Amino acid sequence: MSRAVVETQRSLGGDPNEPAVQIKPRKGWLHLDLGIIWSYRELLYFLVWRDLKVRYRQTAIGAGWVLLQPLLTMVLLTVVFGKLAKVPSDGLPYPIFSLAALLPWTMFSNSLSRGSESIVGNANLVTKVYFPRLILPLSGVLSPLVDFAVAFVVLIGMMIWYGIAPQANIVTLPLFVLLSVLTALSVGVWLSALNVRYRDVRHTVPFLVQIWMFASPVAYPLSLVPEKWRFLYSLNPMVGVIEGFRWAVLGQASPDFLLISVSVGVSLGLLAGGVIYFKRMESKFADEV
Amino acid sequence: MSNIAIKAENLSKVYRLGMGKRRHDTLRDQITAGLTSFISRNARNSNNSESILWALRDVSFEIKKGEVLGFIGRNGAGKSTLLKVLSRITEPTAGLVEIRGRVASLLEVGTGFHGELTGRENIFLNGAILGMKKAEMLRKFDEIVAFSEVERFIDTPVKRYSSGMYLRLAFAVAAHLEPEVLIVDEVLAVGDASFQKKCLAKMQTVGKEGRTVLFVSHNLSAITSLCQRVIWLQSGEIADNGNPHQVVSNYLSASSQIQPSQKWPDPNLAPGNDITRACSMRLHSNGHNTDVIDIRQPIIFEMEFEVLKPGHVLVPCIGLERDDGLVVFVSHDRDPEWRRRPRPVGRFKSSVHIPGNFLSEGRFIIGAGIITEAPLKVHFDVNPAVAFQVVDSFDGDSARGDLAGQMVGAVRPLLEWKNELSDSPNPLLSHR
Repeated sequence: MSRAVVETQRSLGGDPNEPAVQIKPRKGWLHLDLGIIWSYRELLYFLVWRDLKVRYRQTAIGAGWVLLQPLLTMVLLTVVFGKLAKVPSDGLPYPIFSLAALLPWTMFSNSLSRGSESIVGNANLVTKVYFPRLILPLSGVLSPLVDFAVAFVVLIGMMIWYGIAPQANIVTLPLFVLLSVLTALSVGVWLSALNVRYRDVRHTVPFLVQIWMFASPVAYPLSLVPEKWRFLYSLNPMVGVIEGFRWAVLGQASPDFLLISVSVGVSLGLLAGGVIYFKRMESKFADEV
Repeated sequence: MSNIAIKAENLSKVYRLGMGKRRHDTLRDQITAGLTSFISRNARNSNNSESILWALRDVSFEIKKGEVLGFIGRNGAGKSTLLKVLSRITEPTAGLVEIRGRVASLLEVGTGFHGELTGRENIFLNGAILGMKKAEMLRKFDEIVAFSEVERFIDTPVKRYSSGMYLRLAFAVAAHLEPEVLIVDEVLAVGDASFQKKCLAKMQTVGKEGRTVLFVSHNLSAITSLCQRVIWLQSGEIADNGNPHQVVSNYLSASSQIQPSQKWPDPNLAPGNDITRACSMRLHSNGHNTDVIDIRQPIIFEMEFEVLKPGHVLVPCIGLERDDGLVVFVSHDRDPEWRRRPRPVGRFKSSVHIPGNFLSEGRFIIGAGIITEAPLKVHFDVNPAVAFQVVDSFDGDSARGDLAGQMVGAVRPLLEWKNELSDSPNPLLSHR
């Protein structure tokens, strides 16, 4: 229980088991009060659930889109980069090399787009109901995780086709999925709050996602990046995610763990900054959205 | 002390008009504004101080547990802002509120309803949004469905619902919340008569169950029948607080005192800023300066104002409200002569013509002001400015014709109807 709540109960002389709140202008910028999100977990669940229910309603092939999107992109990349440009693929067949990156990438880019649109897109909720606003970018970021799980079936199918058996590395997979969600959340939290005030964000995100994809080893291997640029390159947290993901699933040469820890660090730093910025702007959302 | 559910102390909420709310919608605006402020910091500051709106100003009150409290006041008096602050949707600029007990606020019926989801799915989603636990919703599900009277369509997407069904379902969810403090904004203004009756009955039972209810409405009879106490807000401040009948009657008599004309002989006391200032506002109809207007006659609203500083594009505008708060229309001066043209210093008279045979009977209030539209800046806004009564003489040549009873609607235009006698009557009918 936060200090403000306890104080309220004292001043009202009431039963400490009865919830009490104090509403006043917030001062300072380190007033995060993140614990409250846990008590709103059911709302988070229902928002993700709504997103999933609604997304493929009135589509002819429904959830088939979840499978088609990475598959079609894989075919496209294989033709353009694998066949025409003859980009190397670390000794793996190019289709599976790119698909293993496309799954976490698709999840990340969907999470990022949904996360950054989450406050403005739910303006009707923000202006009418109280709940911790961080629930919104969280729900936006989490719903593509379900799509990811479904699309993973495609990867399993491809692995069987190419006769690639998973190795012990596969147990580390959840960590890289988590890192991808974390990265999407950290950027999503920043952009969702910025989007409330500057609608430019809405127009920037598609470019950001596109540029980011080429700045990540999705269509090409990390080994193509010159050694001296590697560190700068790895400041992009998706480098760690994708390299780690490929390693966990396809088990080629072990990735550079220093590089992955840089990714984790950048991602956590972004998230901390994003949450602080978000909490600072939160109180103005209802007035500005 | 322990029987207090809500305690508000010196609550204030300030909005920056025009400049603040959408001040820097794009980064480019922010950058240019940053530059301007660097160049002329003082000029900007003086502008800012005048574009401030106190939506709430030093509002203090206490509400006892189990009390049903109503808020009344004209549009823009701060009622909705107050409810938003109490619901924690927006933060007060100053002051403090303490609330004891679980709060549910119902500022809109069906918040978060999604058209693609079925009635069943929306019950769960809306319940979660309003703060119900899943177990609680499962327990009350049948009751909610029964209350909503849409059993047959519960698995149909709500986008196929009629608006009545939609409202009934949405209110059914809200009505089954069991908070200790319930905050309700004008939900009774929607829906048909039977729905409103049902809502009122439900609200009454909620009040009798010993819950604290805060209730905003323009429906004064609902307020007096439901509430034990009423607070009347005026321009963000508490104008009266106490016995419902007393407060409502004070409120009504105050609104009936709005005159058909206003004058500000002392320019220092007139609304406005250093760019423009109001001088007078008045109504006339058929050559008379009167507040009782024949429904068939056009009404002229006239506003005189002084331009003190040249070089600004100034747009006079009015908003017309019915006395129950319904906004009938707003109108901005579109005189082509002054469109986008900065006004020189001088005294202007701007008038607008509201046609006869257009408004319905009843009492109307006009608010008037002067703004600059792009970028938006409010120079002054006088609401209420003038009030008038529209009456029908029952001569038979108004839109009412010879109808004696009630005619609903905010406007009652005399529309052109045409009838033609079809020369060949339907043979099937003519043989019957």
